[in-house]
Amino acid sequence: MTDRKIDEATGVPTMGHEWDGIEELDNPMPRWWLWTFYATIVFAVGYCIAYPAIPLLERATAGTLGWSSHRQLAEEMAKGQAAHASTLAALAKVDIATLDPKSPLMQAAVEGGRAAFKINCAACHGAGAAGTRGYPNLNDDDWLWGGSRAEIHETLMHGIRQPGNDATRMSQMPAFGRDGILKPEEIQAVVSFVRAASHQETVGGSARRGAALYAANCAMCHGTDAKGGRAFGAPNLTDAIWLYGGDREALTATVTNARYGVMPAWNKTLDAATLNMLTAYVHSLGGGE
Amino acid sequence: MNMPPSGLPALPRKLYARRPDIFPRAIDGFFRRLKWVVMAVTLAIYYVTPWLRWNRGAYAPDQAVLVDLAHRRFYFFSIEIWPHEFYYVAGLLVMAGIGLFLVTSTVGRAWCGYACPQTVWTDLFLHVERAIDGDRNAQLRLKKAPWTASKIGRRVLKHGSWLFIGLVTGGAWVFYFADAPTLAHDLVTGEAAHVAYATIAILTATTYIFGGFMREQVCLYMCPWPRIQGAMLDERSLIVTYKDWRGEPRSHGVKRSDESGDCIDCQACVQVCPVGIDIRNGAQFACITCALCIDACDQMMDKVGRPRGLIDYATLEDCKAEAAGAAPVPVTRTLFRPRTLAYFAVWSAVGLAMVFALGARARLDLTTAHDRNPLWVQLSGGDVRNAYTVKIRNMESRPRTLRLAIEGLEQGVMWDSLSDATAAGRMMTVSVAPDQVEAHRIYVRAPGRGPATEDFHFIIAAADGSSDSARDEARFDRPEMQP
Ligand code: SF4
Ligand code: SF4
Repeated sequence: MTDRKIDEATGVPTMGHEWDGIEELDNPMPRWWLWTFYATIVFAVGYCIAYPAIPLLERATAGTLGWSSHRQLAEEMAKGQAAHASTLAALAKVDIATLDPKSPLMQAAVEGGRAAFKINCAACHGAGAAGTRGYPNLNDDDWLWGGSRAEIHETLMHGIRQPGNDATRMSQMPAFGRDGILKPEEIQAVVSFVRAASHQETVGGSARRGAALYAANCAMCHGTDAKGGRAFGAPNLTDAIWLYGGDREALTATVTNARYGVMPAWNKTLDAATLNMLTAYVHSLGGGE
Repeated sequence: MNMPPSGLPALPRKLYARRPDIFPRAIDGFFRRLKWVVMAVTLAIYYVTPWLRWNRGAYAPDQAVLVDLAHRRFYFFSIEIWPHEFYYVAGLLVMAGIGLFLVTSTVGRAWCGYACPQTVWTDLFLHVERAIDGDRNAQLRLKKAPWTASKIGRRVLKHGSWLFIGLVTGGAWVFYFADAPTLAHDLVTGEAAHVAYATIAILTATTYIFGGFMREQVCLYMCPWPRIQGAMLDERSLIVTYKDWRGEPRSHGVKRSDESGDCIDCQACVQVCPVGIDIRNGAQFACITCALCIDACDQMMDKVGRPRGLIDYATLEDCKAEAAGAAPVPVTRTLFRPRTLAYFAVWSAVGLAMVFALGARARLDLTTAHDRNPLWVQLSGGDVRNAYTVKIRNMESRPRTLRLAIEGLEQGVMWDSLSDATAAGRMMTVSVAPDQVEAHRIYVRAPGRGPATEDFHFIIAAADGSSDSARDEARFDRPEMQP
């Protein structure tokens, strides 16, 4: 401090440092600056008293205003719910199968369904509803139980193979190999027939042998033309879509042991509005009929 | 100011200093009149602009200058800026920056002295103060006078007038952000949005405080320009200068002798200064180059019969030359020199580039986003379907009918998610509302056999006879071919 010199021109002491020949004068600060500074201190103290501020071991001090981020979130959520209440009420009542696809209510249903799908359905069908082996792709135009809005709604309500639900979708395929209905070489013949029907193989002797076996054992559900039967949830065997794979190995396994997909009956856990929204969303994915 | 002349003992050291009251004296003269003109023009532009109308047709607002935050549009006469075109605003800022280089390097801190809002409104507040309290001496007397009814009355009138100016200022600002006549009506009837009242309240308060109380403190402590502008000055920039080689030694009134300089130490230049400095101490950063001291000193020189220009605009280079006895350099030599011409060239280039870009910009645009989840969908018939969100921007204030088509992807067909696949084709007609971005979910179907990825384009073309069109690249994905 003692080595500070007084600036000759102004009579003001310098701060004692120099940069490129420039020295800083130790002029007093303006008073309003001081007031502003005090005001910020007062504000900070008041803020710490009014709001949660000081971290303790378990939690921070509560603050006299009783504000908390959890409560604020709850309030905002309640506000959001209230804002959507009328739309949700309308969606609970509407007949989703006949709702005009271009109506604002339908747009709301699709958006709501998008969110509900992520929570309830994405675990099996994937976030983009593209499915995976054993879980149908909901974007495509191939439906086991029908792709109209009414049919999708029905499937959502009662699920597939749900015990204790009389309306549930139920498909029963015999385990042709395991139950000893067909011999292994007969199964191979049926597989050849199916692969020929879906244009994956050319028709050969095996496929011709399989045709008779198919007609006797499979046509009842999958149809004489092998195009499937929605009444039984029997897949179309002539198209390009295979839920469990269309290669020889997968088909052999399917015919030998049969496949039993399941899906929850959502009417037990979801409300009418959500079921309608999910219907609208799944239908909107591009495969809806 | 705590700045005693050299030789005097330093004032007692204080950490904080009270703002000294500054009562600038009224003055008339060339620069004062110039300031009047600039003040009138800038205030008029500020207050009148939101009320100008501009016909844009039925689908757009008719306010000439409008910042429509709700719809994210900025209207400036015939120009309409969308958020993605914000680089025009960036361009304007670049021009403002270079413009400031240009002005500062030629005529010093002219911006500060004449056009800066802080200067303009402070000036306005000073005039109101003088109209109510009288000129400098009356104001000084009034300050010391006891609190009589007349003093209280004047104070109430003064602060009331300041608050009124503040209110009108804040009020004018919000008109830039909404339809002015409607907003004016709503404000009066109490129907305007809370944010409008809050904005007016804040701007009223800041105008009142900045113009009435803080004044030069804003320039000294809060504003970054003085530092930046100081750096832009060079020895050939015009600044307000006291010609000490002519003025010194000062004489006091009658005590003039042959050795005396021209300065009669009348303090006129100090008393008129709105910043409260003495320009005779040399160029200083606090000086806003308002040139009122020039007017004041010129009047004195006229009275004592000496040539004008003891305080004058001069460059540092001229000062040296003049002090050594050379003749003053003509102003044009200062204005037109390589540095200023270079600034002007850059400034004009940016301006021309912006004008050109504005003229050539497209008013029709589309962007496509490919669905990623799933990337493709295998259809039962063996085809593959991809989905895209195609956003079409119609930046004109009229509804448009457009043709959306696929270019490339030879066997691809498309349809809108709201229609069905039977309507699939290579082209479809879409209509877009005026001044809107509309998103369409488009499905494209193509045979399943083919390369795993294939590039193609979505194109839109106006179906209303104009040649506007736009295209965007898209990609079609397929499952890897089975062996
Ligand atoms: S010194 Fe002169 S030019 Fe500078 S601010 Fe004061 S009156 Fe204006
Ligand atoms: S106004 Fe001119 S004459 Fe008077 S003190 Fe200032 S410089 Fe000197």
